[in-house]
Order: sequence, then C-alpha cells, then structure tokens
Amino acid sequence: MTDHILRMTGITKTFPGVKALQDVNLSVRRGRIHAICGENGAGKSTLMKVLSGVYPHGTYEGEIHFDGARCAFGGIRDSEHAGIVIIHQELALSPQLSIAENIFLGNERARRGIIDWNRTNYEAGLLMKRVGLRENPTTVVSDLGVGKQQLVEIAKALSKEVKLLILDEPTAALNDDDSAHLLDLLRGLRDEGITCVIISHKLNEVTAIADAVTIIRDGRTIETLDMATDEVTEDRIISGMVGRALDNRFPPHESTIGEEALRIEDWTVHSPSQPGRKVVDGASLTLRRGEIVGLAGLMGAGRTELAMSVFGRAYGVNISGKIYKDGKPIEIRTVQDAIRHGLAYATEDRKRYGLNLIEDIKRNISAAGLSGLSRRGWVNEHEEYAVAQRFHKSMNIKAPSVSSVVGKLSGGNQQKVVLSKWILTEPDVLILDEPTRGIDVGAKYEIYTIINRLADEGKAVLVISSELPELLGLCDRVYTLCEGRVTGELPRREATQERLMQLMTKGQE
Amino acid sequence: MSTLSLGGGRTIPAKYVPVMVTACLFAAMFLAGGVRYEGFATGQIVLNVFIDNAFLLIVAVGMTFVILTGGIDLSVGSVVALSTMIAASLMSGPGWPPYVVVPLVLLVGSGLGLVMGYLIHAFDIQPFIVTLAGMFLARGLCYTIGTESIPITDPTFTVFAQTRLDLFADLWISPSVVIAAVVVVVAAYVLHYTRLGRAVYATGGSEQSALLMGLPVGRTKVAVYTISGFCSALGGVVLSFYMLSGYGLHAVGMELDAIAAVVIGGTLLTGGTGFLLGTVLGVLVLGLIQTILSFEGTLSSWWTKIVIGLLLFAFILLQRLFSARSRL
Repeated sequence: MTDHILRMTGITKTFPGVKALQDVNLSVRRGRIHAICGENGAGKSTLMKVLSGVYPHGTYEGEIHFDGARCAFGGIRDSEHAGIVIIHQELALSPQLSIAENIFLGNERARRGIIDWNRTNYEAGLLMKRVGLRENPTTVVSDLGVGKQQLVEIAKALSKEVKLLILDEPTAALNDDDSAHLLDLLRGLRDEGITCVIISHKLNEVTAIADAVTIIRDGRTIETLDMATDEVTEDRIISGMVGRALDNRFPPHESTIGEEALRIEDWTVHSPSQPGRKVVDGASLTLRRGEIVGLAGLMGAGRTELAMSVFGRAYGVNISGKIYKDGKPIEIRTVQDAIRHGLAYATEDRKRYGLNLIEDIKRNISAAGLSGLSRRGWVNEHEEYAVAQRFHKSMNIKAPSVSSVVGKLSGGNQQKVVLSKWILTEPDVLILDEPTRGIDVGAKYEIYTIINRLADEGKAVLVISSELPELLGLCDRVYTLCEGRVTGELPRREATQERLMQLMTKGQE
Repeated sequence: MSTLSLGGGRTIPAKYVPVMVTACLFAAMFLAGGVRYEGFATGQIVLNVFIDNAFLLIVAVGMTFVILTGGIDLSVGSVVALSTMIAASLMSGPGWPPYVVVPLVLLVGSGLGLVMGYLIHAFDIQPFIVTLAGMFLARGLCYTIGTESIPITDPTFTVFAQTRLDLFADLWISPSVVIAAVVVVVAAYVLHYTRLGRAVYATGGSEQSALLMGLPVGRTKVAVYTISGFCSALGGVVLSFYMLSGYGLHAVGMELDAIAAVVIGGTLLTGGTGFLLGTVLGVLVLGLIQTILSFEGTLSSWWTKIVIGLLLFAFILLQRLFSARSRL
C-alpha cells in the first residue's frame, strides 16, 4: 500500500456557464515531486485554488483527503494550518519589509505581543540557510532579484512547517542559474520529506525533476505517469496535453495574400520591473496584406509584451529593433504614432485595458477614432451616433441600443465593440491578443468570421492565442515564441499541435 | 441592472440617476421651506442662492473637470484668496486699472494650475499631494502681499458689486451670476462636445484603456488642472466683487465646499461619470441649506456643516451602491 499524502477525488468546479474542472482525480505520494502539466486554461490553477481553499469547501464537488484526514477548507488559513502552502507565480511578498519580517509575516516571533527582533532575525537566518539564500535577514525584499524573492517565499513556507509545497510556474520569471538553483533546492526539500507539487510549462524541467506527472486537459485528468516505471519523454507529455481532435468550429476561408505590410526586425524589449531581463529577445516577424498570422507561445513567452511594445511602446523599457511599414522604416514612439501608421492592438484584457466599462457603446467605439469624427476639437455627435449604429448592425452587437453601458455586455459583445473601435481607425495591421478569451462558442465563430473579413479587405492580422486549435483553424502561418525568442515559423499545412507545442516548450536547442 | 424602471415601461439610464436624486432633493428642500416659512417659496430665493454662491459655482466647475479625470484639486480655496489679494493690492497700491489686473489674476491662477498639472503628469505624483503643496503655497503667498484685509475702491469693481440686473416680475440677479452662467454653459459644452471632454471622461473611466486607445491622457491631465486654476482665479475675481476686499483669510476651506458640491451633484470621486448640471444642483443644495437655516433663525450656522456632512455620507453611499452594481 503506497502512502499518499494527498488524494483529490471527483473534483468538479463550475463557474457560471463553464465547467472549469470535471471529475478530476489527483493522488500525490508522500516525499515526492509531483508535476502537473496542461495547456493554458486547462484548469491547473483552478485545481490548486480548490486545494488551497481559495474556493472554499462547498463551492465544488468531490473530496479532498490530506495526510490521512478528510478536509473541508474554508479558506487559505485552514489549508496552511493543515500544512499546505501555495506559492503563486506572482509572489506575495510585502516589498518594503525586510526578509525576516516577510518570513514571519502574520506569524511573528513575539513575546506578550512585543516582537522579539533578535529571535526573528536569528530564526530567519536559519531558514535562509536552509534555502541557500545568502543575504542579511534585515535586507529589504524589494532590493532582491526575483530568484531570491522566490527563495524568501520558500523560507516563509518552511517557517509554517509545510508538508505539501505547491509552486505555480516557479521558474517562469527566473534566469537559467536561478532556475537550476531552485530545482536543486526542491530536490533537497524532497529528501527532507517535504512533498512538492509543481505546475510548470517547462517540460525539460518537469522531466528532469518530477517523480510523477499528472496531465490535465480541458478540466479533466487525462493520465498520471510515473517517471520510474513509465517511459516518459517531453513528446509523450505534449501528446497528452494537446490530444484532442479539431472539429468544425471555424468558418472556411481562403486568404489572398498580398504585399508585405509590417516587418519587425531584431526586436528586443526589457522588463520594466527588472531592467536586466529581456522579455522579448531579437524577435523578427513579417505580416503581409490579406494574411492571418498566428503567434503561439506559453504564458510568459513574451507574446503580449512583444505586441504592446510594438504598439507605441505601451510596454517595456530599453526597446530596440526596427519596424518597417509597407517596406519603409518607421518610428513609433507613442500609441498615437502607432494609430497614425495604421496599427491597431486589441488587448487580451479587454475589461482593464480595452474598454471604458462605465461608458456607453458609441463612446467606446469612437474613442480611438475621434480625430476622424471631429473638426478642430469639436466632436460631431450625429456622425458619431451614425457610425455606432452602423457597427451595431454590421458587427451584430447584441445590445438594446448604442447608448447601452459596455460593462453590462457579454464578453463576445464587448469584444465586438473593441474590434469596432479599431476598425473605425481604418488600420492596415491589426494585432488581436487573445481575441476569443472568455467568449462562448457561438460568439467565437462570429469573431472568426470578422477576422476573416478583415483579411479579405486586405488588412494584415496577427492573432495571439493560447488555444492551438484556434491558431491552426484560423491562421495562414504561425510563429512560435519561447522565452522571448521566435523559435519557429510554420505554414498552415505543416503546423500541427504537437509541432507547435514542441517549438513553444523547447526553445532554441 | 443598468436602468431604473418607471411606471409604463419607461426607463432612465443609470448614469442619470444620481443627478436626478440631487434634483429631487433640491425640489423637496425648496417645497419643505415653502411650507414651513412664509415668503420662502419665491423665485428670488433661488436666485439669491446663485448670487451668494456664484464664486463657489465657478470654482466647482473647475473641480468637476478635475474629479471627472479621477483627480482632486485642494488648492482652489487658496488660489481664490490669492486672486482677491493680488487684485486688491494692485488696484489700491499702484492703482492699476481693472482691465489689466483681472487678466493678470486669471493668468496667475491658470499658471499655478498648469504647473501642478505638469508635476502630476510628468512625475506621476498623486494629485492630492501636489495640490496640497499648491494650497499651502498660494495661501502663504497671500501673506507676503499683506496680512490685513485690503479694501477695493475701484469704480468698475463697485459697479459690478452693486448692479442689479432686473429680470421679469421683480426678479433680479447680479453680474456675477451672469459670469457663472457663462462659465457653466461653456464648460458643459466643452465636456460634452469636444475631444478634450471625451478624453476627460475616458481618463477617469479607465486611464490604462485611454492610453491604449491613443487618447492624450497626459495632456488632458495638465489641461484639467489648468482649467481648475483658471476657474479658481475667476472665482476669486467674482468673490472680490462680492466682498470688495482682498484678504488672505478669504475662502478658507472652500476647496472642501467645492468637492462637496461636485460629489452631491453625483460625480463619482473615482472619475468617469458625472455632469456639470449635477454640480450646479450640488451648489444649489449647499446654498439652500444655508438659506433654510437663516430662515430658521434660532439654529447656529454650524448646523449647515452638520447637514452637509450627513448629505455627503448619503451621497457617497448612493454612489457606492451605484458603482458596485455597474461593475458586474
């Protein structure tokens, strides 16, 4: 009889309209490193939120047994009390406090309400030694790099006497040295008896470190592989992650491809929060008129960062590279420049960056194209209304009138408003970042039809998507991005999910 | 729920609800006053509120622009005082004519606003801090000009102070009311019909989206503080018509009255929604509270503050409910 520290059985989690998890089973053996793999949106994070009590007991179906007891966590405090600690991709440290203060935050070393600083710093020092962090315990966390901040998080977990440590994409933001150090540390913790669950997109790390892998796809567990007994390769994991058939979800389309519209050469962008790190590294892309080009990459590959930095330097610092429009070099310094040069960018987070949710449809549609609707600063409201009416009809926006507030519309209709806004600026190049995220199937088909129509009008379209079937069904050509570098370019007939996934995960060998 | 249902299937868009609430409140106060006090329910009572609060209305218009972008301007009261001080000292001392002094005062106010707006935009500092510094600076500058009240005896100013513009049926207003009305109409027009106005609403609604829509967010922010500075200076000029003096202690705490008027008028403090009409109603409500208390006679003027305080609580709660619903 094997000793399982964690058994999750029959976990089903439903959000309004969507089944995020369906009958998921996960068993983790004590003292092992267990990896969870799956595409973006497969349900990995949801599963971890169920486990850690972010979604409290009662909001999901199924049972959790941890360390021999049946669990009904009402919140994160409960799960931490039981010995489960989760470290998220976005670290949860208080940047202006010292390492020692962060480690014991909420769990202070105090005597009768007064903090014992000597003991705090002494014990912090011991924990830091365990995770291999050579710093003074009084150093302020914001002075540390991401790699060391990660170690602080782990030290904090150790201070809570953790039994099961969950790491969500722990190496996504780390460089190679820091990643290697972190993986060594996890092996060391395993040998001390701490069980680890690691969610990772980097399959080479998974095969290197994990003792077992569970693959999740579309909210279901596909299989659990044991590294010792099964023959597990990266390709084996990939086929499990993507193995679903393409069905008829895409309108038929034949592209008529014309001249080059936009070329980006040797584009490099540095992270604004860590100026030393390259988020996009020497990327080159070409988009032609009438063509739909895909950009594939896993989370953290730099897709959005690439698009936003091209679109008027809306992201990143220390940007270098060349942009050619219709064969001529152009300079884009601001978003206004980008719009003037015929670029449009529909963001992946339309609620935060794409729309003014408290404003109505017509004013959202006109926002980027106001210069065409106004003369010497005065807006022609009649024309604005007429334009909005036209889009209301042609884009089939389901809303009572163009004066309806955008925040109340469904995701699909909001996206149609975003697209209308950009079409009004008469762009030559449209960059659509996750155009169908959070949109139901029927509305997706409509969005695909609109994208095809834009290409037929001779516009170049770049589609960024985490859904590989979408890229395969929609695009004439697909670029893959991994860790900021373009790692491949496949025409539609050569592209398969497996090949794309290989290029997206392996990087340049 | 985006609309408020009325009987017979007619609906009002949710964004008009706070303004309508303020309008109903004003009407109710007016009716209650009319029932309780003899000679209250006349048109002149409303006009008197305008006459006594023309300067506040002008300042509140500028504040509306700032709050619509999601900012705040704490310097307005001090700029009003500084304006009265500059005007009074230049006219009484060197004897400069009003047609030089008034434009100069407006220029100083706008310039102060411009500098604060530039600091807020260029260094990405919270408006609260920058305008707080502006508030101390302007108030301090008043005392470098003089610590005593300086009377204004210029004939143009006294004419402005004493003229009664007769309307129909024994109703009258002062020239200040005309100035305030022009400011309100122009500002409403700018907010509603110009690209600057659109950029103001869009910046307040979501600054990040506005940036990615290619709207000139930076320029808009500088512009609203400049407008607020201009309105404060103009409010100062109008106040000196009313007071016929310049004094460093004029308009103490007025920034808070202006903010209160804007909020009671239904403009969201986080920006993005609100109307100038609401601000006008907000000023009227504040003014009418004072009128009612003066009719009451026995109550001390501190009751004004108490009522304003309660009203503010009520309106902020209303806005909270409203914005919680709209953020689905």
